[in-house]
Amino acid sequence: MKELRDPAALRRLLGEIEGKVRGIGRAPRLMEVCGTHTMALFKSGLTPLLARAGVEMVSGPGCPVCITPNVIHEAAIAILTRTKDVTLAAFGDMTRVPTRNGSLQTAIPARGSRLRIVYSPEEALDEARREPERPVVFFGAGFETTIPAIAFTVRRAAEEGLRNYSVLPALWLVPPALRAVLEGGEVAVDGFIYPGHVSAVIGIEPYEFVAREFGVPGAVAGFEPGDILLAIRSVLEQMAEGKPRVALEYSRAIGRDGNPVARALMAEIFEPYDAYWRGLGKIPGSGLRFREAFAGFDAGPRFGLETTGPDRDLAGCRCGEVLRGVIRPEGCGLFGKKCQPDSPLGPCMVSYEGACLIHFKYGPARRARA
Amino acid sequence: MCLAIPAKITRIDGSGQGTASYIGSEVKVNLSLVPQAKRGDWVIIHAGFAISVMNAKEARETLRLFKELAAASQDEGA
Repeated sequence: MKELRDPAALRRLLGEIEGKVRGIGRAPRLMEVCGTHTMALFKSGLTPLLARAGVEMVSGPGCPVCITPNVIHEAAIAILTRTKDVTLAAFGDMTRVPTRNGSLQTAIPARGSRLRIVYSPEEALDEARREPERPVVFFGAGFETTIPAIAFTVRRAAEEGLRNYSVLPALWLVPPALRAVLEGGEVAVDGFIYPGHVSAVIGIEPYEFVAREFGVPGAVAGFEPGDILLAIRSVLEQMAEGKPRVALEYSRAIGRDGNPVARALMAEIFEPYDAYWRGLGKIPGSGLRFREAFAGFDAGPRFGLETTGPDRDLAGCRCGEVLRGVIRPEGCGLFGKKCQPDSPLGPCMVSYEGACLIHFKYGPARRARA
Repeated sequence: MCLAIPAKITRIDGSGQGTASYIGSEVKVNLSLVPQAKRGDWVIIHAGFAISVMNAKEARETLRLFKELAAASQDEGA
């Protein structure tokens, strides 16, 4: 879709956006909820162009690696270091998050145990099939985009009677976090750019309370520069007309109803509970845990570990405030100094969706270094 | 972590697995979440699973819109 990166088309959209900002009469602040959008905005160079057009973009809590509290990262490390002959499988980013006990990468596995980095939860399930005598734990982290895939492996393991397979859940729901951001009231958000791939699963209905109860407009966006500008234009139009709603600007990839098959599978295996997020604290109904019928697959109780509770961030790390949009990465004293991608002090500098890493790689600090 | 790629389904086997073509390479894809998908459909793949079937009509519409935007921009510049 090179047309969605065509400089002429993007210039035209930026011009229209600038015109709409003038019409509104003040500089709107929009939150891009998803870390992949933050990355797309910075990598394509749109952030400064939008600023020039009068639109301030702030990053939201859409980085699962980042919002997973350290208590869960520490539980994963405990499984790997305290249990013999276990395989812990995880997405790559999850293995580098620093805690007071190091990270999964720096921790020394117990005798016979190993860490496996996987791209798909199915690879973890395959490990469990290959070695049925060996406990295989998948560190299952993600939003609604990823949760159906994790739920799939649990149902398959139940069907196949794979008792050696379990999941350490770090499963997060986006809409309750948006409510927390709005109710927290720390950041005045004029509009939201909603995550395209979370919406592929949940559809657009779960965001409607944002317009209805808070009067805040929003649009679901894809991940090409053109997609994001279309969504921003839509949000500004809604602002100008005073008619907030949830616009879908990614209809080539997702339907308004999302994916009901994926949602049914999530609901079969997991149920919502009041979960702790890094930086945002305890949010009602914002996490998923195992339903009673599948509780045997929960690695937490199986390995006798605590997996919920408030933050235990490393001293000085302000990732939590970055996730709430209260400060920019440059506002943290550690950013770019003690805390860098090869020596991160918090997950926002680890994940490729983390605002600190993205600002470090593509932001003004980099331009100053160059 | 919600990074996902668009790819075209090239093969579907009976058990919900298949392969898809992504910028020239064949990737394995689990199709269990998109039972309606057919060979030749474009899907959005995340963590090894297709989570959505793309809408060809809407994709053409988006392309048309961007061609118009580009043309309008060129007219402006001229």
